[in-house]
Amino acid sequence: MSGFLAVLRRELRLALRGGGEVLTLLLFFVIVGAIVPFAVGPDKALLARIAPGIVWIAAFLSMLLGLDRLFRPDGEDGTLSLYRLADLPLVAVVAAKVIAHWLTAALPLIVASPFLALLLAMDGETLLRTIVSLLLGTPALAAFGGIGAAVTVATRRGGLIAPILIAPLCVPVLIFGVGAISPLGGPDQASAAMLFLAALSLMALALSPFAAALAIDWGED
Amino acid sequence: MTHRQVFSPLRLTARALSVGRGETVLGRDIALGVASGGGLLLRGANGAGKSTLLLTLAGLLAPLEGDVLIEGLDEDFGPARHYCGHRNAVRPRLTVGETLDFWAAINGASGLSTAEALEKVGIARLGGVDAGYLSAGQQRRLALARLLVSARPVWLLDEPTAALDAEGHRLLAALLRDHLASGGLAVIATHDDIVVDGFETFTLGVAA
Repeated sequence: MSGFLAVLRRELRLALRGGGEVLTLLLFFVIVGAIVPFAVGPDKALLARIAPGIVWIAAFLSMLLGLDRLFRPDGEDGTLSLYRLADLPLVAVVAAKVIAHWLTAALPLIVASPFLALLLAMDGETLLRTIVSLLLGTPALAAFGGIGAAVTVATRRGGLIAPILIAPLCVPVLIFGVGAISPLGGPDQASAAMLFLAALSLMALALSPFAAALAIDWGED
Repeated sequence: MTHRQVFSPLRLTARALSVGRGETVLGRDIALGVASGGGLLLRGANGAGKSTLLLTLAGLLAPLEGDVLIEGLDEDFGPARHYCGHRNAVRPRLTVGETLDFWAAINGASGLSTAEALEKVGIARLGGVDAGYLSAGQQRRLALARLLVSARPVWLLDEPTAALDAEGHRLLAALLRDHLASGGLAVIATHDDIVVDGFETFTLGVAA
């Protein structure tokens, strides 16, 4: 357990001392959301209707942006090979890194989402549901992202391929994420979507460390 | 100083080993064995496959044929091999002390304490410095300190003297003597002369 926490602490230190890596993702998230009203025009009703989709797209894109720093720096400086020889199982290292990825790439976005809600003319109740759906759904994005980053870490231009690989996996998360905010068939549907979102996250989090560790083992060979 | 861990006798053996990268075979039918208290200097021209052989011995690269065995190891000892490659695995933005504490945490703090290990490799003053500010030689010393904080019997070092000064060469030889005396063994790929008793030389030919 102390090894697991050590990996988590190291990742958080590197991200927070990174001179604005976290801030970059955050600004990207806000900017994507902020330019939409300018692009679609100042129709408040329309904005409020598409707002959940926009928040989710912005979150998805920002998290993709942070994906490349998950394993690549470790792969380049030899740390990844040493992880394979560590006492701590590689699966635990990967799990800690995925959690750190969520804490540094998703949590700041969720904290900033009220600001986007303001720009997109969202009402209070929708904002609350947005925050809950992001909290439930973004762990799945982080977990799928971990698989994509691990598969492509051995490839030189892999940073560009990872988003393409994981986009299909993330589509259900987006569908249920938006469904949980703007239910088409009444409130019951919304809670069902929330449950689906939570199930997706739990499943992805449970599977991705194993899949990603396997990919790293094979890729380094 | 702290207690000195003495390893149980063991032996690293490679049998009918073929090593290579992908389709390229770099060495065939390699047979070697090192016992506790012994060491092996791998020699060979550039491209002869020294690094590939070391990676295979470390278990980081799958052998093309044959196998690598560590005999005499306790089942519950955990990973027995330390690998130190060309890349130092030293990251800027973490201090020297944090880097070493991290390795102790994930490899098991079974060796020296962080302060003692830094003292041993001669960078005790730099514990609080950002590791990105270290010179190449100091980074290499930090990489060697990683081997000291977690006690493991098998050391596989790839050109450990690269970037080290003359005093660093002596320091490495002293570390190796200590390691061998406590029942460890080492395989080192190098072009330099590392003078330590108990070391034999194994020369890799260029694959035909």
